[in-house]
Amino acid sequence: MTKARHLCWALVLACSPALAQKSASQGIDEYRAMLQDGNPAELFEARGEDLWERKRGPKAASLEQCDLGKGPGVVKGAFVELPRFFADTQRMQDLESRIVTCMSTLQGFNEAEISKTPFGRGEMANVTALATWIAAESKGMRFNLPQSQATERVFYEVGKRLFFQRGGTHDFSCASCHGEEGKRIRLQDLPVLTKNPGDGVGFAAWPAYRVSNGQMWSMQLRLNDCYRQQRFPYPGFASDATIALSTYLGVNAKGAASVVPAIKR
Amino acid sequence: MADPMRIRAQASGGKATVRVLMSHEMETGQRRDAAGKLVPAWFIQDVTASLNGKPVMTAEWGPAVSKNPFLQFTIKGAKAGDKVSITWKDNKGETRTDEATVS
Repeated sequence: MTKARHLCWALVLACSPALAQKSASQGIDEYRAMLQDGNPAELFEARGEDLWERKRGPKAASLEQCDLGKGPGVVKGAFVELPRFFADTQRMQDLESRIVTCMSTLQGFNEAEISKTPFGRGEMANVTALATWIAAESKGMRFNLPQSQATERVFYEVGKRLFFQRGGTHDFSCASCHGEEGKRIRLQDLPVLTKNPGDGVGFAAWPAYRVSNGQMWSMQLRLNDCYRQQRFPYPGFASDATIALSTYLGVNAKGAASVVPAIKR
Repeated sequence: MADPMRIRAQASGGKATVRVLMSHEMETGQRRDAAGKLVPAWFIQDVTASLNGKPVMTAEWGPAVSKNPFLQFTIKGAKAGDKVSITWKDNKGETRTDEATVS
């Protein structure tokens, strides 16, 4: 009898701290939910929509005839099917590289110059705002990247190899952080990206607004910073390497709903 | 010129909840740039809100408010169709006013 009572007390003691305290990641989730209501990404969305319609560049044209993969001017649903192969450029392109192509062909901007511009500056800031608005138009839709073209399948395979490629001073690969469950950086849970991480996680969460530095982060910038954290040289804006990685992540996310624009710490 | 604000105002139970997102750098004046020089302060100092042209709130802000600030408040007695207007003025004298209709 006494033994049973002791066991009971032991259980109560073991359980109570867990009941009283929520985990750090639950706390972070609550904080994010509070922020979600006033997500400043909306400001970038509004800017992107304005940039899409406004006549700009040496040719004084709008982007309204831009073909994002679903025909000229079709914005809704384009984001969840990118990167894909484009016949006109004979290239695999993600959203950002496609926007730059349209800015060059329709508006007359210099493609190489935009690609060299640091994130958050000049025309690159406009590319990010455009990407935010275009992506937000597909909010709630499910990822379904095309894999019918041979090039699209090649990019998936190349992306997979890049994901597991280790190197640099820390001998890191993408898979070092995103290859198994339960990993985190500080208080950030890291999604497993070798499979579908679920709705609104990983590939389905960028572009996102970063509260800590007040910046809008596109997928290209996300990859750029992942490489920086790996102590790798960045493969370059809209390079084949970043698009192959995006293809790998995007195909893996098949069926996941987009929550873009998301909000991050 | 500064980007427009995003204002949402929703009436329920004799009052309206107003949510405002402002596009502003909100530079504190304490940060240094890559060359080690102080980045000059640049932040919103005054915020006023009016309901159908009548002021209902004024606020004095400082450099502690975040970049791209979010402001939420409620107005007693506001109903659907009323006009809510928000104005901010920063320490450089720049100002912006936007209006929304309560829904």
